[in-house]
Order: sequence, then C-alpha cells, then structure tokens
Amino acid sequence: MPETDILTLDSVSVLLVWTAIAIYALAFIAYAVDLATRSALAVDARGVRADAARVRVRETVGAAVGAAGANSVASDGSVDELHAEERAADAALNAPPSRRPRLIWARIGTALTVLAFLFHVAGDVTRGIASGRVPWSNMYEFSLTGTMLIVGVYLVVLFRYDLRFLGSFITGLVVLLLGGATMAFYVEVTPLADPLKSIWLVVHVFVASLATALFALAFALSVIQLMQARREARVVAAASASGAKQGAGLTKTGPRFLRALPSADALESLAYRFAILGFIFWTFTLIAGSIWANDAWGRYWGFDTKEVWTFVIWVLYAGYIHARATRGWRGTRSAWLSIIGFSAVMFNFTIVNLFFKGLHVYSGLS
Amino acid sequence: MSHSRSDADARGASEADDGSEPLRPSDHVDGVAVDAPASDDIISPKLGLVGWLRWGWRQLTSMRTALVLLLLLAIAAVPGSIVPQRSADPNGVTQYFASNPDLAPVLDKLQLFDVYSSAWFSAIYILLFISLIGCVIPRTQHHWKALRARPPRTPARLARLDDHTESLVEIVPGQDAAATADLAIGLAETQLKRAGYRVERYDSRGVLSVSAERGYIRETGNLVFHTALIGVLLAVAVGGGFTYTGQGVIIEGRTFVNTMLDYTSFNPGRFVDPEQLTPYGLTLDKFSINYQPAGTKGEGQAGDFVAHLTTQLSGEPAQTGEVRVNHPLDIAGDRVYLMGNGYAPTITIRNAAGDVIYDESVPFLPQDKNMTSVGVIKVADGLPEQLGLVGFFYPTQAQLESGAFTSRYPALINPVVTLNVYSGDLGINDGTPRSVYTLDPTGMTQLTGGTTGVDSIQLAPGETADLPDGYGTITFDNESPAGAKGYDGSVKRFVSLSVHRDVAAPWVLAFAVIALLGLMAALFVPRRRMWVKATRDGSTVRIEYAGLARGEDPTLGAAVEQVAQRHGDALEAALRAQR
Ligand code: HEM
Repeated sequence: MPETDILTLDSVSVLLVWTAIAIYALAFIAYAVDLATRSALAVDARGVRADAARVRVRETVGAAVGAAGANSVASDGSVDELHAEERAADAALNAPPSRRPRLIWARIGTALTVLAFLFHVAGDVTRGIASGRVPWSNMYEFSLTGTMLIVGVYLVVLFRYDLRFLGSFITGLVVLLLGGATMAFYVEVTPLADPLKSIWLVVHVFVASLATALFALAFALSVIQLMQARREARVVAAASASGAKQGAGLTKTGPRFLRALPSADALESLAYRFAILGFIFWTFTLIAGSIWANDAWGRYWGFDTKEVWTFVIWVLYAGYIHARATRGWRGTRSAWLSIIGFSAVMFNFTIVNLFFKGLHVYSGLS
Repeated sequence: MSHSRSDADARGASEADDGSEPLRPSDHVDGVAVDAPASDDIISPKLGLVGWLRWGWRQLTSMRTALVLLLLLAIAAVPGSIVPQRSADPNGVTQYFASNPDLAPVLDKLQLFDVYSSAWFSAIYILLFISLIGCVIPRTQHHWKALRARPPRTPARLARLDDHTESLVEIVPGQDAAATADLAIGLAETQLKRAGYRVERYDSRGVLSVSAERGYIRETGNLVFHTALIGVLLAVAVGGGFTYTGQGVIIEGRTFVNTMLDYTSFNPGRFVDPEQLTPYGLTLDKFSINYQPAGTKGEGQAGDFVAHLTTQLSGEPAQTGEVRVNHPLDIAGDRVYLMGNGYAPTITIRNAAGDVIYDESVPFLPQDKNMTSVGVIKVADGLPEQLGLVGFFYPTQAQLESGAFTSRYPALINPVVTLNVYSGDLGINDGTPRSVYTLDPTGMTQLTGGTTGVDSIQLAPGETADLPDGYGTITFDNESPAGAKGYDGSVKRFVSLSVHRDVAAPWVLAFAVIALLGLMAALFVPRRRMWVKATRDGSTVRIEYAGLARGEDPTLGAAVEQVAQRHGDALEAALRAQR
C-alpha cells in the first residue's frame, strides 16, 4: 500500500475518534441531567410501584414478609417509603426495554451513546484497515478498542437491565480514557514487532479488554452500592431517631438521585454477576498470556511486571468472590474489594504500562 | 433480588441439615455456625491440646483465613513489580545496587530482590494451600456422599419461601381427589426428572409432594477448581526439578552441539544431570531479517527474524528447521528459542612474519536498534605479548556532531569496525573464568585510541591494517559470496538461542484449563431445590410450587414460574383427556 493511503486512512480514523469523543461528552451531559432529574421522579415512585406490583407479585410478598419481621420501625413512614422506592427501582432494573420508565434525558443519553459508539467502531475499524492488522497492538490502540468494548458491553447489557443510571459513569470514563489516550498515546501506524505477530495477540488482548469492560460495570455498581447502603442506613437510623414523623430526615441522606436507584442488595448482586463474568475472562487472559509467553519468551511464567499485575488482579477478584461468600464480608466490605480490583486494573493499564520496566514493552511510546 | 436473603429465611423452612447440603466452612454465609456455645452461663469446657489443635485447624480452613491470605498474597506480590527481581532482571538488580548502595543491602536482607522465592511470600502461599487442602478434602468427602443422597423432605410450609406460587385445581365431578393429586404429582415428578432434577416423592395422608434438586455440578465444579489449583502448584514445584534452560550462540556456518561445552550459561533443575543431555547438533545455515526501509515509518525496525537451521540427531539423517519469534523449534523434547541476533565480523590476525595466528568470526553484541555493536578479541598466543582488542562495529557508519561514530541503520550499508588495542596479561591463564564479551584492561597497556595519540584501527570489510608496535597485521574479512552487491552478506551474523526443557508446562496448562472449566461450572450452574406439593382442599386440589436457591441464583424466580406454567399446562391437558 502506498504510504499516502495509510496516512489518509489513519487520519480519517483519528477524525472519527474525535467525533466519537465529542458525542460521548454530550451523552455524558445528558445522562448527568438525567440523574439530576431522577430525584424528582422518585417522588412519583408510588405510581410506578403500583405498576411493579402487578408485574412481580412474588417480590412484593417476599419483601413484605421480610420487612414485617425484620425491624420494629417497619410502621414508620419514611422506612415504608424507602422500601417502596426500593421495590419500584428493583423492578425497574429488570424491566424489559418496552416497560421502562420514560426518562427523556436518559433516552437522549443512550441515543447519543449509540451514535458515538458507531463513530467509535468506524474509527477502530479504519485504524485496523490502515494498519493491516487487529487494532490493539499499542497503548493508543488498546485504549481505542478497550473503551469501545466498554461501551459495547454497556449497550448490550442495556437490553437486559435498565442500567442507564450508569450512563454518565460509562460515558465519562470513556471520554477520559479515549480522550487521554488520543492526546497522550497516539502513534502513527508502524509495523508490528515480531513478538506481537501471534494469534495470541488477537485473543489475549481482546479477552483482557472484555474482562476490563465487565469489571468497569461491576466497579460502577459497587460504588453506587456503597452510596446506596449508606443512604439506606441513614434513612433507617433517622426514622428510628425521629419516631414516626413522616418523611423526616430524608433530606440529609446523600444525593437525591439515589432514591430512584435500586437497593444496595440488588446493586450488589448485579455487580457480582458482572464481576464473575469478568473473572472468567480474566482467568482465560491469564492462561492465554502464559501460552503466548511460553512461545515468545521460552517460559510460561516469569513474574514479569505485567504478569505480576495480572496475577494480583486475579487474586484480588478471587478475594472479592470469597468475600461475598464469607459471613461478615458480604455487602460493603466486598464492594470495596470490587473497587480495589478495578483500580488495580486501571493502574495496570496506565501506570504499569508506562512506567514499570519489563518485557511487555508494547505501548509503542518511547 | 439477592437470594441470599431468601436462603436465610428458608433455612428455617427446610428441615435440619441433610446429606445433600454442600459442606461449607463454618463462616460461609450459607454455613451453619458451630462457634462458641451460645449461652454465657454455660462455662465452656477447657480446651485440651486436641481441642486447641482442632480449633486452630478450623481457623486455618475457614473462609475468613482464606480471604485474608488471598489479600495478603495480592499485596505481597506487588513489591516484585517495583523492585527489580534477580529471576527476571538480574542486570536491573546490579544497577539498583550501584545507584542505591545504602538501600539495596537492606532490601536484599528483606529478600525484596527475590520476592517470589522469599520466605514471607512462600509462607503466605503455602499457608493458603494448606488451608485449601484442609478445606477441599472434607468437602470432597461430603460431596461424594451428597451425590448419592436423596433430595430432602418437602418443607411443611412452602408459602414461606420467596419463590412460591400456587394454583387450585377443580376436581372433575366423579373423579377421586386423591387420584387427581396423585396424577398431578406424578406429572411433576416426570417433568422435573426430565429437566435434570433428581427427584424423590414424599407422600403422606392427604398431602402428596415431590422434592427435587439439581445443580450438584456447581459444587463439583468448585471442588474441581480448587483441586486443580493444587495441581498447578504441584506441577510447577515438581516439574521445576526436571526443567533446564541454557543459552548458546551460533554464528552462520557453525554448529552448536547440545552439550555443556557449547552453552554460555546453563540452569538445570535439581534432578537434571547436565552430562546426560541428548547431543543433537544445530547448524545455522543462514539468519534472515527484514528492516523497514529508510524513509518509511518505523524506519530500521527489525522483523521477520528467521534462523534457518540444519538439525542433526545422532543416528538420524540431518533435517532442516526454522526458529522464529513465537515459533520455537521442537527437538528431542527440547524447545529452541530465538533470543537475539547480531553481527560477527570475521577478523584475521597475522604476526610480523605473516603467519595467521588468529582467524575467527567474533560475535559483537548489539547496543542499540541500529546495531551499533561491541565486541572483544583476545589473542593469547602467537605474538610476543598477549593482545586484547576492544571493538565497535557499525553496520552503517555515520558520524555524530561530537565526532563520535554511530550506526544510522541496522543493515550493512557502510559497515566499519573500529578497534583499540591493549597489550599485556589477558588474565586467562590462571583459570579464572572470563567472559568472552568483556575485556578487563587493568594491568594492560593501551596502544591505540584514547589518550595514546595513536589512531584507533578502522576497517571496512576486505581491508587490512597494521597492528601497532610492529606486531603484525589485522584484516576484516569480506564474507560476501562472489558477485554480491555492495556489502550485502559481507559480515556474518550470529543468533543467540535459548534451549529449554520444561516437563511441567503441559501439566500446568492442563490443570489451568481444568480449573477454568470447573470455575465456569461453579459460578454459572445454579444449584436449586424445587418442590411441587398437592393438598386436598374440599372439592379442589391446591398445588404449590416453590424453589430454593443454594448459593447465587438470579434466575430462580423465573424457573419456579416456568415449572408452574409447564406443569399447569400438562395437568390441564391430562385432566381434559380424562373427561
Ligand atoms: C489458592 C487460593 C484460592 C483461590 C484462588 C480461590 C478461588 C476461588 C474462586 C475463584 C471461587 C469462586 C468459584 C466458586 O464459587 O466455586 C472460590 C469459591 C470458594 N472457595 Fe476458594 N479459593 C482459594 C482458596 C480457598 C480456600 C483455602 C478455601 C477454604 C477455606 C476456599 C473455599 C471456597 C469456598 C467455600 C468457595 C465457594 C464460595 C461460594 O459458595 O460462592 N477457597 N474460590
């Protein structure tokens, strides 16, 4: 291919990527407005509640039994309201797309995210064509494809769960990572170094990115879970402190949009589901990486810096899974492990790639 | 949503622990607490030695200990990515000592340059694996029994379960209520069995029920996963003893033989006898490489390395083979890897009388991506004094502004070798091992270059120069085949190879894959109980459906609804047929 062709195609790719970033930024704004307006919506929860009750009778019954037996303040208005909100939000989380509440700003956010995603895919594909190989062979390209998978997984999951309340997190993260990568890590297309000419590049890196996307979702859910758990505790505490005063203390329980979000319990079990999927992919990444290392470097494991961090992350998530199964660790403590796990993933991708010395020197930066 | 809560509720509902319940450490969220006596006024009996041991063992094999050890393992692994490790980066360690002379010995005391073989790291993972074994063995025994146990008795009050629905069936006039109930439960039994449940009928007067359980493979997967981890560790530990790695260098046209003589370094495992290696030969016929042409992006970037070899096993015809990056050569159970390459200028030295006293291709070690290389020539015999020559080789020589030479491109465009000559004692006669790649000039006299006032020797392929002090002449031989263009092929190449035998690798891989499969079963197969109960209620039969999750089971609700739906449809059809 003549060189000028490569140049133009690659710059088209960059243009597409910047367009995607700009649209993601708009989506972020729309999703943020959505969260801001949700607290108003929570007041209407009663209407939705009636709806939800019809959809899932057994949930209401089960929860009511639990609530009646669980605490003596069950008769209190604000706690009742809390449970009502929770039930409505939990039901909404599982509602199929056609039955979801009409959140106009969330819809705008999702539509913009889809649009940005299309530009993003186009940018990724043109980069791949320009380089004549899979577009995940240096830092810039990892970021490009990795963020694309984050959005892709998010959009796919939206079909099953109404996770639009994570929209501002996802688009915000992607704007930061992709914008940062395009500014700081961009390199022109260069031929692959020999060790990267391997089918394992395709498999290992792709699966690692997929795992990262799932860990990102789990992370976001765990963060909200923590906020929600704090709020729930405060509502209950405030209610028992102020007696039966209807609605008392509700104003000082944290961000208002939380009132429209699922319960900490529901958030936790959803975070767990994404984390275990991510964990499976991460385990596979570890195995595939070892096979590759055995071909390229003559040993399947050598505690190279990148290997160390992949291992650390794997152990952290194994710890998270254990924590969820350990009495006294389920809930807030295990959520912290999910957060630490994803922080390690991000650390591994940025700081370790850039500043730690090792055999994995494929950032493409010098 | 989370069915852990319903588990807690249902523990009361389901009767006392039965054999089919997975055994968990006592601090598992689903576990049955067996800790201290609940009441304070009962003075707990004094623990004897056995009691203490049992208590300690239970602590070690608890979920909490496993969790803490896992987190410790993660934390303990981190320093090894910050401080250079002897195993992965020995040069880094040397440098670290040089640049932090005060700190390095302290870190060394703490074994921070050998984190992964350090006492503290080993302690953590050994404890973890003892805990793991102590956890897995009783669970395996228990699960073995559970696999043959019958599903537990149907709880008396199914309505207390979260996932519960019921329906009423009108008895067709003239039909017997008992027969209808029996028909319904019989149908449920068949359906559940077909859906992969293990079923058991529990009928009493007036109340018929079927109890069903599925997903035993969840616990099987969990045990397989944890056991396979032990397998990985054992394979690594045992296999390491039978593993060896060695490094060698082959110059084009030369042969490497798999014996101790030809290795530049060799690391055998404990059970390897270095004298018993299979003595195969590897001849480097040609080393080919591609460089990105000048003026393109990635100019000078090297790629497509191929070492074309002729392999010779004793008693077998010679064969050709290739070693490429990512594609090692398999021979006699060993794998041969391409680790590096460089130029090996051929140097001929004649004494004052014109007799050849030295004629060798000398591997020069590349220093940068344009293959500026350094090498050492040691002439021990044949001259009045021993000579040592320290040389630079530039495949495409260019001059920096400072006047120093450099190489501008890695291929042979304008190859030049420059040499400084030292005379005196090379220090190789007293038996001290000396690297062939370095020269220790202490005690030697520098004859050219530096402050001597004599120019360094500078040669292009085919050129000859005089050695200083009338020692003789030195020639940089041109190795180009006749008719070659320019300097193509004028300098031989060498490759550095790494030979590995790793008997553990296939085992480690096998255990890792088994672990992955077990993990998938452990995480995604739902384990659940399902009950269908028929109770006579006047002129109707009340049919209840209920499910109970054992562990994480987000789809239980849907499953109960589905069972109810299918069973209702089938029962309706069956009753209609009776009419
Ligand atoms: C080498 C260290 C270990 C690693 C990497 C590890 C990893 C894991 C993983 C990934 C899971 C989730 C899969 C599943 O649910 O079956 C798990 C579950 C489990 N592990 Fe481990 N484990 C380790 C050691 C231990 C030890 C020492 C114990 C015993 C105390 C233990 C007991 C359990 C139990 C009971 C579960 C089931 C949790 C549940 O019910 O969800 N593990 N482990």
